[in-house]
Formats: sequence, C-alpha cells, structure tokens
Amino acid sequence: MNMRTALLGAAAVSAFASAAWAERGADGQVNVLYWQAPSILNPYLSSGTKDVEASSLILEGMGGFNEKGEVIARLAESVPTVENGGVSADLTQITWKLKAGLLWSDGTPVTSADAAFTWEYCKHPEGGCAQGARFEGIKSIDTPDDLTVVITFEGPKPNPYQAFVGGTSPIIQKAQFANCLGAAASTCTEQNFNPIGTGPFKVTEFKTNDTVSLEANPNYRDPAKPAFATMTLKGGGDAEAAARAVMETGEFDYAWNTQINPDMQTQMAAAGKGVFVNGFGTLVERIEMNMTDPSPDLAEGERSTIKHPHPILSDIKVRQALSMAIDRQVLVDVGYGTAGRPTCNLVPAPEMFASDNTGCIAQDMAGAGALLDEAGWTDSDGDGIRDKDGKKLSLLYQTSTNPVRQDFQALIKGWWNELGVEVELKNIDASVYFGGDAGSPDTFQKFYADVEMYANNFDGTDPEPYLAQYLCDKIPGPDNQWQGENINRFCDPAYDALVKEMSQTADIAKRGELAKKMNDMLTKDSFVVVPLVDRGRLSATSHTLGGVVLNTWDTELWNAQDWFRVK
Amino acid sequence: MSDPLAAPTIEKPRNQWRDVWDQFTTHKGALVGMTVLGVLLAFVLLGPFLWHEETLTTTEKIMLKNKPPSARFPMGTDQLGRDFLKRMMQGGQVSIAVGLVAMMISIFLGTTVGVLAGFFRRLDGPLMRLTDLFLSLPLLPLLLVMVMLFRDALAGVLGPEFGTFMLIVTAIGITSWMQSARVVRGEVLALKEREFVLAARSIGTPPRRVILRHVLPNVISPVMVAATLNIAEAIITESALSFLGLGFPPDFPTWGRLLYDGVSYMQQYPERVMLPGLAISLTVLSVNYIGDGLRDALDPRIRGR
Repeated sequence: MNMRTALLGAAAVSAFASAAWAERGADGQVNVLYWQAPSILNPYLSSGTKDVEASSLILEGMGGFNEKGEVIARLAESVPTVENGGVSADLTQITWKLKAGLLWSDGTPVTSADAAFTWEYCKHPEGGCAQGARFEGIKSIDTPDDLTVVITFEGPKPNPYQAFVGGTSPIIQKAQFANCLGAAASTCTEQNFNPIGTGPFKVTEFKTNDTVSLEANPNYRDPAKPAFATMTLKGGGDAEAAARAVMETGEFDYAWNTQINPDMQTQMAAAGKGVFVNGFGTLVERIEMNMTDPSPDLAEGERSTIKHPHPILSDIKVRQALSMAIDRQVLVDVGYGTAGRPTCNLVPAPEMFASDNTGCIAQDMAGAGALLDEAGWTDSDGDGIRDKDGKKLSLLYQTSTNPVRQDFQALIKGWWNELGVEVELKNIDASVYFGGDAGSPDTFQKFYADVEMYANNFDGTDPEPYLAQYLCDKIPGPDNQWQGENINRFCDPAYDALVKEMSQTADIAKRGELAKKMNDMLTKDSFVVVPLVDRGRLSATSHTLGGVVLNTWDTELWNAQDWFRVK
Repeated sequence: MSDPLAAPTIEKPRNQWRDVWDQFTTHKGALVGMTVLGVLLAFVLLGPFLWHEETLTTTEKIMLKNKPPSARFPMGTDQLGRDFLKRMMQGGQVSIAVGLVAMMISIFLGTTVGVLAGFFRRLDGPLMRLTDLFLSLPLLPLLLVMVMLFRDALAGVLGPEFGTFMLIVTAIGITSWMQSARVVRGEVLALKEREFVLAARSIGTPPRRVILRHVLPNVISPVMVAATLNIAEAIITESALSFLGLGFPPDFPTWGRLLYDGVSYMQQYPERVMLPGLAISLTVLSVNYIGDGLRDALDPRIRGR
C-alpha cells in the first residue's frame, strides 16, 4: 500500500513537474564540480577555461554560440546579419541592439555605455587583457543611444561575431569596473571576485581556487529562470574523481571535462547514477604525412625541407594505402569511447563547414595491398617487408608521450606491418614535442620522421585561419626557425588560390563550400593529412539534472539558466 | 689389503671457494633468493622458447582485449589484446639485463673511485669533489641531454635497439655510482689504519696487492648492499626514461613500462600493475638476499662460525 502511494505520488509529481519549473528558484540547490578550480571570475584577466566558464554563469555578452556553433542572441534583441541590416554590406560595421529593460544584478539598467566601456577595459595597453583577440581589428565602438552599440572595423570582417559573443567576451558593468582600467585591473579584487552581471546567477561567496557559491540573480531577464535557487561550483581533484562523484556516489550533479578511458566510462555508467554527455568540436587526432625527406643522412638544414621530396610518401598511392589500412572505429573504442568518433575530415564541424567525406571509415586491407602493388612496392625478397628498387618500405612514426597515443601507435603499427610496411615507433615528451624549440630535433614542426600523429583544432567557429595554415609559404624550415604551421610541407598553388578566395568571401554558404573543398584537397584527394578521430568533450551529468546540453563552441555552462531538477 | 706403504691419509686442503659456498648455503634467505632469481631468469630466458604466442592479426587481437587469465592467455591480455605473458617475458629480458649491467657499471665505478680516494691521500680531494659534483647534478636533465646527444649516433653504429640499450645502461651506470663511492671511501679510510693493513705495508706489499688482497674483500659488504639497491633503481630509471620517450621505442616492453601502462587500468585490471610490480620486487629482493648471503660468505670473520 505504501509502495503504491509512493508510486502514485511520484506520478503526480512528474505530471505537475512542468508547472513547478516555471518558477525561479523552485528547484533548490545544484552542485557542479570543476576539477580545475576557478581562481578568478573575470574572463578578461584569465584565459583558463575553468575561469571563463565559471564567470559565464554571472557575466554575459550580446550573443553566444549554441551547440551547433550558430550565433544566438543573449543580451541583444536579435543577431545582426547582412540580411537584417545589422551588418553593413561592406562588412565593416555591426550594430547590436540591447533588449529593453535589462537590469544588472544590483538593479541598475544595462546600457550601451557598459559595452563601450568593456572594449576600453580590454584594449587598455597596461591591462593585460587575456581576450584581446576577440576585440582585434575594431576601429571604434559608438553608442548612438542607450540600447545601440555600433562596432566599426578597420577593414571588412567576414566573421564579425567576435566581440561580445560567447563566454570569453562578456559585457562588464561600467559603474563597477570604472576604477579598474589598465594597471589597476588586477588589483580590483572585489570586482574580479564578485562581478555584477546579467547572467542567471550572482556570487554570494568566492573562495579562490576552491568554491564559488552562487544564488539566482533576482533581476534575471526571464522571471521563471533559473530553476535553481542556489548553485555551488566546487573545484579540485582530477577527471577520474570528478566523474566518480557524479556517476558513482552522486554527490554532484554535473562534472566538467571527465576525460577517462573507455573501460572506466563503461564501468561508471553501469553505476546508474548519471550519464556521460559528449559534444564534438573541431579537435581532430590525425596522422600527418611528411612530404619531404627526413633522412638523417641529409645535412642538417636540408633534412625535412622542400629541397628533398620524400622518397616513399611522395607517391599518393602509398599515402592512400596507409590510410586505408587503419580501422578508425577500433581506435575510437580503444582510446576515447563516447568521447570520440571516427572522422575523415580535417574540419569536422561546424556543420556548414564540414565535408560529407566518410570514405575512409571502413578499413580495406586488401585494397591497400593492391594499391601498394600497383605503386611498385612488392615483397620481392620474401622477408615480409615490401621493397622497391632495393629500398625497403620502412617508416618512422613519431608522436608525443601519452598512453592513448602509444596505444594508437601500437595498433597502427600492427596494421601497417600486416600490409608489409616496416614501422619504427618513437615517442617524445610532450613538452619537447610541442615546445617549438628550434634547437631540438624532436619538435613536431621539424618533423624528423616520416609520419607523425597529434591533435589540433581551431578557435571559434570559423575555419579560415586554420585552413590557411597549409599555404606554401607557411612551410617550416631553417630560414624561419621552423616556425611555420604547414607541418606536412604540402604545397599546391590551386589550394593557395582557394585560401585567397575565402579571405574575400563573406557569403556564409559560399565560405562553407570553399572550406569543404579545401578540406577534401588535404584529406581524401591527397591523403596528406590522415584524420583519425574526432575528439569531443566529455562531461558527466546526474540523472536528476535536466536541461544539460553540452556545447563545444561556447562555455559548458552556457545554458545553466535552463537546467532543472528531474523529479 | 691396504697398502702399508701408503701415507696416512691427509685431509685434502679445503678450497677457499668451497668454504664460501658452504657458508653461503647456510644462509636460508640467500638460497631462497637464488631460487627465485633462477626461476625469474628461466621465465624470461627459456619462457619464450616454451610459450609460443598465437599469431593473430591486429584486428583479431583487439577482439580479445582485456581478457582475464585463461588457458589460452595464462596472464590475460592487455588493452590492445596482446598476450600479457609474452610481454612479461620480453619485458623481463630487457629489465633484468638493464638492471644487472647498469649495476655492474655503477659498482665498478663507485668501488674504483671509493678505493682510490680512500687509499691514496693525494687523490682523495679531487675524486671526492668529482663525486660531489656528480651528486649535485640534476640527474634526469643530464640523462635527457646524454640521450639526446648520443642516441642517433649510437643507433647508427649498433642498431636502434642495442644502441639504446648500451646508451641507457651507460647513462644509468655513470649517474648512480656516487653513493657507493662515498661509502667505500669511508670504509677504506678506516681499514687503512688497521693492523693487518699496516703489517702488509710494513713488509713492503705494493699498494695494488694491499688493495686487492686486504682492502677489497673487507669492503665487499657495503658494496653488495649498494649493488642490490642499484638494480632496483636502474630498472625504475629505465622505465622513467622510456616514459619520457628517451628510452626504448614505445612498443618495446620492459617491466617498468608495463607497470606505467598498467597504472591507468589499475582499478579494473589490478593484475596489470601487480604482475610487473611483483616481478621487479622479486628481482630486487632476491638479488638483495643473494647479496646478503654473499657478503656473509665472503667475510672471513663470519665464515666458519
């Protein structure tokens, strides 16, 4: 009888749950765990993800990005575009209109002067603004009235959604920060630890590098939100402990960035207290083919430079065969589990820029072998290794030291060996490999190996600068201290022409087409870059927390105002 | 029947090494240690001849990942489906070889420096300052520089694997002799003033003979202790180097690397940490006990009691 009553009660609660949500603070307390603790709540003074994300609960910009990478309006009435006249036809001006009646959490009105002040604050040369890039290329910010902000750029800006868009460039209150310009910025402890904002929550107590206690902002623009009256954002621990706190012990409702190995993911998910949510951005683990000869027999300064094309990998058939021999799904299962998916694209997202290329997903050992035969690489002496003109098909494969990468190396070496390719593996400490020291022979830029593996992504939603890395004049070499970004030493005049075209194109559909074409030129048409795994973000959320949508384009707490308690 | 002319049977003079062996066998720990080390050596050296791994393709292997111990895989398989028994054997060969060779290099250097510094007054200052110098050097960066400078050159001459092996044992050997040098020097300084050494010198025994005949046998015990500790250190340093990407190639198993790899799976598959850890500990312990037994056996003051 008791059980039945309880069940009826539960049914009644869930039936009326939707009504209950529509009231601010009705759902009580929510606990969030960031295993890297926030140390400041002003994103302009820290580039740390943890700080930017924690601040995004309090501070907001004109707009933000949704989980698809599209711009959405926050403080603005709508997103300005060329079509609605918000962006000028020559792409040099963008006009944001604030929603009417917006209030700061202290009850004072939000005006365009606050936005203009934010720009002043960040561009101050002595301030050391961490998000200066978001305000790059701005000539002036004008405020014709209290609700209108006009940003004028120095030149045409095909992607004007930089300043005041996303968690990294929110609007701060002029009245609060007026005395914190320039060198004074970092001394304004009270302001930096307890900013007045427009977001769904406001700070009640901030313990640096430990805990942020928050409560619902009484002046939040939607009177029904947020559903939670208070939030505790706790820091500390590591990814595994954080995942456990949500998935196994249930002490927390949400844990950020819980990258753990797939076995552990399965094991924790079985505890039944929560689920892992994933979101995919642009981080792609890939194998880069060296188009130049890294042989140690060459003189220093000529090794891995365009003077000597690669004796084996210059042949596209070999590169294609190496790509075909890889089973990407297995790599995902071994290394990332739900936090990864196989990909053939260098630009896997956002949707409008991602090519539909999936040709590499299925492994084809027979086809790969046939391609190598065709290219003249056969096992003529019967030692299991293919050769051609007395030269063995032998490759040096390097990457950074990281357990997942070493597993990938072992697997890929296995497949390539079966194909008749001899592989020597090498792993290098990450601080050296990615260190960029021109004196070290082991950096990924120097590329003293035949193939190498690492992951890279691009900032924001626009892939133009990322794709422009593969220009002929960005090839690293001794003359530029090995600082170029064109790691493969890929060089194609047709590609360079496309990059130039993209820099002059504003139409978003056309930009998408160009990006796809360039992506295909680097991947499926030439196999210079061999993408393996699209690596996503992985966070853990409790079954009792609703409304969580993982977003890789903005902060993970981007929609905390919509979170609610599942009853 | 017996020949009356036969000389009365004189007991044959006992060989000194036989005495040493007899003394050694009275040390139970040493015998156990020797048995365990013998078993470990047989495991890594003979094992690969007795245990043939199935030849599977990479894709077939991955289907068999994380299998518990069974008749097919007596120690289970790892996260990539590789036979863990096979990897333990391969890893053991490298680790034991690295440990023993590096230990020998380090003991040789340490004892030489210690004896020379303790015995010859003139050499004492310079040699001990050299020891201090080495002690004050940060080890890991020094190793990194050495590996970086000589790896490619050695690999070119000796081949990538043997070249790396030589480089690693030399690098570990010449960076871990200092403690034993100091201990030995102290012992030698004390021994030098003892009556039997003075007596030997007073009858004109040259220093070389004094050292070999009277000093060295008496410093054997601290050297043995230092040696056994060095083996453990060498095995662990090797794994640290491999972990930093400066040791053996990543697909080349050693016990230290298996241990490191196992740490991230410690909770689900504790045997992946325990097996290599146990192997390292057993090697170190058994060598330690053998050293203990040898020290007792070689010490004429204890022998025969």
